Amino acid sequence: MAKLQDILARIEHAYFSPGKPLAKFHPLFEATDTFLYTPPSVTKGTTHVRDALDLKRMMMIVVIALMPCILMAMYNTGLQANLALDPAKIAKLEGWRHAIMGAAGIGYDPRSVLACLFHGALYFLPMYVVTMAVGGSWEVLFAIVRKHEVNEGFFVTGMLFPLILPAATPLWQVALAISFGVVVGKEVFGGTGMNFLNPALVARAFLFFAYPAEMSGDKVWVAMDGALAVDGWSGATALGTLRAAGENFPQAMQGLSWKNAFLGFEPGSMGETSALACLIGAVILIVTRIGSWRTMAAVCIGTIAMSLLLNAIGSKTNPWFAIPFWWHMVLGGWALGTVFMATDPVTSPFTDRGKWIYGFGIGALVVLVRVVNPAYPECMMLVILFMNVMAPLIDFPIVKANIKRRAARGGSHGGS
Amino acid sequence: MSATTFFGKSERKALIGPILTNNPIGVQVLGICSALAVTTRVDKALVMTAGVLLVTMLANVAVSLVRNHTPGSIRIIVQLAIIASLVIVFDQVLKATLYELSLELSVFVGLIITNCIVMGRAEGYAMQNPPLASALDGIGNGLGYGIVLIATAFLRELLGAGKVLGFTILPLVKDGGWYVPNGLMLLAPSGLFIIAGLIWLLRTLKPELQEKD
Repeated sequence: MAKLQDILARIEHAYFSPGKPLAKFHPLFEATDTFLYTPPSVTKGTTHVRDALDLKRMMMIVVIALMPCILMAMYNTGLQANLALDPAKIAKLEGWRHAIMGAAGIGYDPRSVLACLFHGALYFLPMYVVTMAVGGSWEVLFAIVRKHEVNEGFFVTGMLFPLILPAATPLWQVALAISFGVVVGKEVFGGTGMNFLNPALVARAFLFFAYPAEMSGDKVWVAMDGALAVDGWSGATALGTLRAAGENFPQAMQGLSWKNAFLGFEPGSMGETSALACLIGAVILIVTRIGSWRTMAAVCIGTIAMSLLLNAIGSKTNPWFAIPFWWHMVLGGWALGTVFMATDPVTSPFTDRGKWIYGFGIGALVVLVRVVNPAYPECMMLVILFMNVMAPLIDFPIVKANIKRRAARGGSHGGS
Repeated sequence: MSATTFFGKSERKALIGPILTNNPIGVQVLGICSALAVTTRVDKALVMTAGVLLVTMLANVAVSLVRNHTPGSIRIIVQLAIIASLVIVFDQVLKATLYELSLELSVFVGLIITNCIVMGRAEGYAMQNPPLASALDGIGNGLGYGIVLIATAFLRELLGAGKVLGFTILPLVKDGGWYVPNGLMLLAPSGLFIIAGLIWLLRTLKPELQEKD
């Protein structure tokens, strides 16, 4: 290991140090170096909080917490595609994915965990690779132009983004959206830590508005050509089914299984279907104190409060009023959004009291929009983006009140 | 010497300055509202440019002609009366000649009255300068506004509908082509993204425009 370190130091000295030919690309070298080793530089000032937790470790814990969601994303994407496929039409499948499937001889059996994981991975991994390559290139470009270091923030964005995409999203749309998310959602404001919107959600919202035909409806959630599907197959998400049911709402609700929705065996954006996987992630984030339990709890309280209120109001014409909160919590992007998006430390409020207000707002709004606005059944992302925008506004009076209180306590010396 | 020259340094500055170095949208960040609303198609942007250019120029000339007879306390009312009259004339001409387009532009032609660029040039330039320089300043600002407007509309129409001025440039998938239109470009926020991008570009190319904070 020491040998590799030695080689790296020599490469840096020969090419990347100031005045050497590749000095401009030092951020790139620095990123590789600190990915492999702890940076030798330490803080020098006198007043500084010292902590074993740095940005790198924090981001890595989030990535670990995301692992259940990722595994579930691959498995469920494959499962839904295999379930949809009519076995009699396997021979008609085309494209490079099916060439690989054929070469590996794995088959399309929905009962085989391996077949499902393999099939799903062929959708998830290319999107992940495209996200990291394109988004990462923007990060490096901005780091070089602005002469700062490439940091680990993008690992999490790059992982979250494919998870909130429908399985049938074309790769060029993935590339375009993540470019928009990274540049407009983050870099224009100065990069990681300066953004007020979650870049992964900005990218997703871009796709939602730019390509509505590809991003909603019944055809996008399952990676299978409708022509090759079994008879009577519908690729709609649970929320989509309920929205389309109209007068047959009670029957549609009966047709859904809460257990399936909780475990995640239903169509949807790849990583959002399983509330269980998100729950495991939530436990990891709360135990390690990376994700704010206040935000998550507040979203739950907001959801429960608004659901109960709407249950109590009731409606003869709109059956959505009657949906209980335990259903809201397993449908659509609620779980993934609550655990991994709402808790983003950069875009949520910084004060503890602010986090309660912010989380409650998300929980209450998501239920309200689902119930009363038929245009946006899958509204979790837009609600979180909306509350992201509100976050500084929530913090401001709390910080002001705090300063005022302390000033009053300390008399004229307040704030010293 | 310069006072007797027909087209001297100050006149050239009045005409050329607003097009790039002192662009009303890109540098002064004025007239943004209409720039977001009328840039979904290039033809709309062209008509809007013509409107703002003519109104700014004529209003500048008129304000400049009466500048020495206008009491300071009522100057804003005088300017507004001149601008409003000109906008009403332009609106009527548009309705008589390009009726369909005038319907699509709807209130935004009338709203030229409140366009900060028109009022800003009347108050900020025409009140202190002779008619000819004021006319050139009006043309320059109209062109500066128009360049940003037309560039934005070009990108939005091209990417949002695959067309420019109604002619197909990128054949759409639904017509058997290859281009998938970007629906975001037809919504107002994309106007903001493009104009913000242009402002960003301008400030990167000309760092002296960046404010020190």
